[in-house]
Amino acid sequence: MAPEQIKNVILDILTDIAPDEDLTDLKDEVNFRDQLELDSMDFLDIVMELRKRYKVNVPEQDYPELASMFSTVNYLTPKMVDCVAS
Amino acid sequence: MSDNQPYDTIIIGAGMSGLAAGIRLAHYDQRVCILERHYTIGGLNSFYRVNGRNYDVGLHAVTNFTQKGTKKGPLARILRQLRFKYDDFALAPQKGSRIAFPDHELRFSNELDLLRSEVKKVFPGQVDNFEALVAKIADYDDLDQAAFEISGRQVLSDTISDPLLIEMILCPLMWYGNAAEHDMAWGQFCIMFRSIFLEGFARPYKGVRLILKHLVKRFRGLGGELKLRKGVKTIHVENEQAVCVELDNGEQLTGKRILSSAGRLETMRMCSDTSELDPRLAGQLTFIESISVLDREPSSIGNDDTIVFYNDSEKFHWERPADELCDTRTGVVCSPNNYVYADEEGQLADGVVRITTIADYDRWAGLSEEEYQREKLRWYDRSVAASVKYTPDFRPYVIDTDLFTPTTINRFTWHDNGAVYGSPDKVLDGRTHLNNLFLCGTDQGFVGIIGAMMSGISMANMHCLRG
Repeated sequence: MAPEQIKNVILDILTDIAPDEDLTDLKDEVNFRDQLELDSMDFLDIVMELRKRYKVNVPEQDYPELASMFSTVNYLTPKMVDCVAS
Repeated sequence: MSDNQPYDTIIIGAGMSGLAAGIRLAHYDQRVCILERHYTIGGLNSFYRVNGRNYDVGLHAVTNFTQKGTKKGPLARILRQLRFKYDDFALAPQKGSRIAFPDHELRFSNELDLLRSEVKKVFPGQVDNFEALVAKIADYDDLDQAAFEISGRQVLSDTISDPLLIEMILCPLMWYGNAAEHDMAWGQFCIMFRSIFLEGFARPYKGVRLILKHLVKRFRGLGGELKLRKGVKTIHVENEQAVCVELDNGEQLTGKRILSSAGRLETMRMCSDTSELDPRLAGQLTFIESISVLDREPSSIGNDDTIVFYNDSEKFHWERPADELCDTRTGVVCSPNNYVYADEEGQLADGVVRITTIADYDRWAGLSEEEYQREKLRWYDRSVAASVKYTPDFRPYVIDTDLFTPTTINRFTWHDNGAVYGSPDKVLDGRTHLNNLFLCGTDQGFVGIIGAMMSGISMANMHCLRG
């Protein structure tokens, strides 16, 4: 999966977690936490959705990598290279 | 899938907490079964139909209400965790509520500033102390068991110097979520203060049904199994593990873990390895609810209050009745018409006033059928007569009535003594003596509709989804 597709996967997960949130102005470089006020339960959900949908495991020590869209896509690109977009 | 394959999680009880937990687990592909002893869902927050009219059991108000777009707080959290939209619950905010004591009253609404200004007006010397209390509540950390258990009355008397203001603040908070008599754990106090004064009251036009309908539809849509009229008789324990549950009808179901919303004592009693149970774990506080259907809207007779919490003296008595079936010194008046429903929904079909009064389970349970029917009529009259000192007298306009009692509550919740808020001893981490049996719901410490869902979600996340 290419970085642009991974970004779409994350957007899809965020839409699922926070359906009332407008994600059109989401900035790639800014922390999710500052833009969406996600809490620790929500971050755990992003991790679990990745595992559910793409069998990607994000170990607990890597959670900080999921801070922003930019860092998340960077982190996931090598891990999801073999994943197929659904 | 074969029937012999164990469930990933078996959930006991199809109330708000069990259903919310079930959704979380089924969403993450667990094989989940919810077992409910009653013939309907909802537990304390259920509903029933009599004489062609729909009634809610527990619901006066959905507490923890916050406006659409609010990202913090339990309501926003449960919506995200359960993947619902804000509008799915169609919450209509309250008009405004009151705490009514003799010669003193405090109005409050979903904006803390109203209560602030009322405190300033009625207790001018307590303004700074009240702010100090609000600051202490903001600092309270939710899951700290030691801080949870300190005496709420102690913290209050250290902070506020007018005993009447203390009683008036405690009255609604105890009424809407205190399982213990007399005093309230500081943690429970903070949870209730936030959910009522810092957040607020709302109600779906269609009542609790609407929320339950969404929960069940979602749970089943995710492949979850819901079995009604399936009470768990025994949780069989081997080598300090819960291995299977045996139902009232003898059927056995196996699960890798069990999440029980049945209550702390009630769950322990099911376990095959427990012999002695501490009776002090049983809650003692239960209610009757006197429901009056009016031929007009409450507002047309001058009642614009959503909820009134009343007490007939300067000291608030939160205890089991000493020598009668009920104690009418304190009570709650709920007028479900007095929510700001959306224009397209309009007003409820009937005018309704609900009065809640403290009752004694043993005395109600000990009545013969004939006595029971007679006492229902007698206590309807007495509870309503006590309430109309604090709300415009609605008795001339009553066209239908219903009254439910502690034995009704016991039937819906299966709680010992029909204890509405369960055991006075809460288990915040939901752990039991077995490493694959956990508690959620009332006895885990969160109460109210949103709180119950939060309990199911957080216990499912903590104990059933990790690893």
